[in-house]
Amino acid sequence: MQDQEEVLAFTEECEVAVTVNGQRYERRVPVRLLLSDFLRHELHLTGTHVGCEHGVCGCCTVLLNGEAVRACLMFAVQADNMFLTTIEGMAGTKSELHPIQQAFMEKHGLQCGFCTPGIIMSVHAMLHEHPDPSEEEIREGLSGNICRCTGYQNIVEAVKLAAERLRQDPQEVE
Amino acid sequence: MRKDLTGRASNGTLVLILKKEEAGKYTKAQKAAMHFSASSFGSVNQFEIGRWKNFMKPPRFQYCAPRILDDALLLLEQEGTETKILAGGQSLVPLLNMRLAAPTHLMDINRIAELNYIQPEEGYLAIGATVRQCQVERSLLIQEKHPLLIETIWHIGHMQIRNRGTVVGSLAHADPAAELPTLLSCLDGTLLLQNSTGERLLSTDAFFLGYLETALEPGEMVVEARFPWVDPRAGWAFLEFARRSGDFALVGASAVLTPAEDGSCQVARIAYAGVAGAPVRAREVEQVLEGNALNEQTLNRAAEVARAVVSADMNDIHATVEYRRVLTAELTRRVLQAAWARCRV
Repeated sequence: MQDQEEVLAFTEECEVAVTVNGQRYERRVPVRLLLSDFLRHELHLTGTHVGCEHGVCGCCTVLLNGEAVRACLMFAVQADNMFLTTIEGMAGTKSELHPIQQAFMEKHGLQCGFCTPGIIMSVHAMLHEHPDPSEEEIREGLSGNICRCTGYQNIVEAVKLAAERLRQDPQEVE
Repeated sequence: MRKDLTGRASNGTLVLILKKEEAGKYTKAQKAAMHFSASSFGSVNQFEIGRWKNFMKPPRFQYCAPRILDDALLLLEQEGTETKILAGGQSLVPLLNMRLAAPTHLMDINRIAELNYIQPEEGYLAIGATVRQCQVERSLLIQEKHPLLIETIWHIGHMQIRNRGTVVGSLAHADPAAELPTLLSCLDGTLLLQNSTGERLLSTDAFFLGYLETALEPGEMVVEARFPWVDPRAGWAFLEFARRSGDFALVGASAVLTPAEDGSCQVARIAYAGVAGAPVRAREVEQVLEGNALNEQTLNRAAEVARAVVSADMNDIHATVEYRRVLTAELTRRVLQAAWARCRV
């Protein structure tokens, strides 16, 4: 209740406290700062890419409290007190890649790699909900991410491989 | 980057400065690379000192995020006409990022917990203003009692969009190609609007006025959408045609058919998305269906009549009027067949 005064007033700058990949950050930011720009320019977590910046391409997909969302369609202040996972948090503290990343590497699920962080985050959320997805479910789950290099075939193969490995070793899915 | 080789240009960015005697030591390509690294170093430096504020995509606005509905309504009343309500933001934030909208004030209602409810009532399902589309998808109650709503929501955008986008936000945004306004219109649903002094209940005909235009007055907010229950005997379907999965539909159609005991169609409801400036409830198509068996002849007549629901000004870069008419006729046929197949006689 102590900050009721501030909550009730319109303002151009706000305090924001977010936990990104397990680390807590506190910043004072302009309210119109997009979450994607906050991650990249304020926290220097540049693994989250920005493409179209209006919610079409999926490059900026991050996990907000475990759910895949577009970071370019949210303001940083809206993530106050929430938990974010970005591509930097996927491999954890271990030096090896996350099984999804490993599968993308082995199956050549990327070429230029620009879209890959967003796709990995979407796939993470998809496999959490559908641990054993059909090809149709995989394609539906990928439909919110645009890749202009691969033609998607190898991405679908990579997701199948990742799903198989994660089913065998489910602890890997946080 | 060597600091002694850089200086500042008139616009504040760092540039490469080489003394004459040093210049000869580097090739042209090396100098170009150093220029590049100096200028990108310069922009990182600007971010660090906070000057990136001038490079943001959305226009300047004032923001607040009340936690109590009464506070929100009071603030809305005080701040007048230029306040937009931010719920899921999946339509509003793109408009801001492209600077097609420039409200002076933005009120974020995501923290108002009392608006997050899915409540079955006598005659209808009530959905509060902050209920996200993914919440509806996952609701066991709705899966069992209102599967048409789930089928409709499944056509909206992508998983990432539905994770943030709200049901009421989609209605209040009033995009004529959107799914939920069409469904609400098909079901004769209503919207509950509230301001600091009271509330009013509007039908879809009264609420949707035109392209992105609604009957919402300054100081008012849509707090609830009411989706009438579908008769358990009735068959229903939502279909749309889009060029890519998740895109806005060129044309969409929602139908609910209630069968009579003799196997004919007793009550028909059909509404279209993407055919005019607002969702269109096609009563002329319903008249063709009611009292008749849903045979080939009836379907043909319904499809023919449906062509006329496409407004003559629906020519745009995505489709011509004639193409939309062709799609509307075909979708009418398919949505009616799909709905009829689900009827329980």
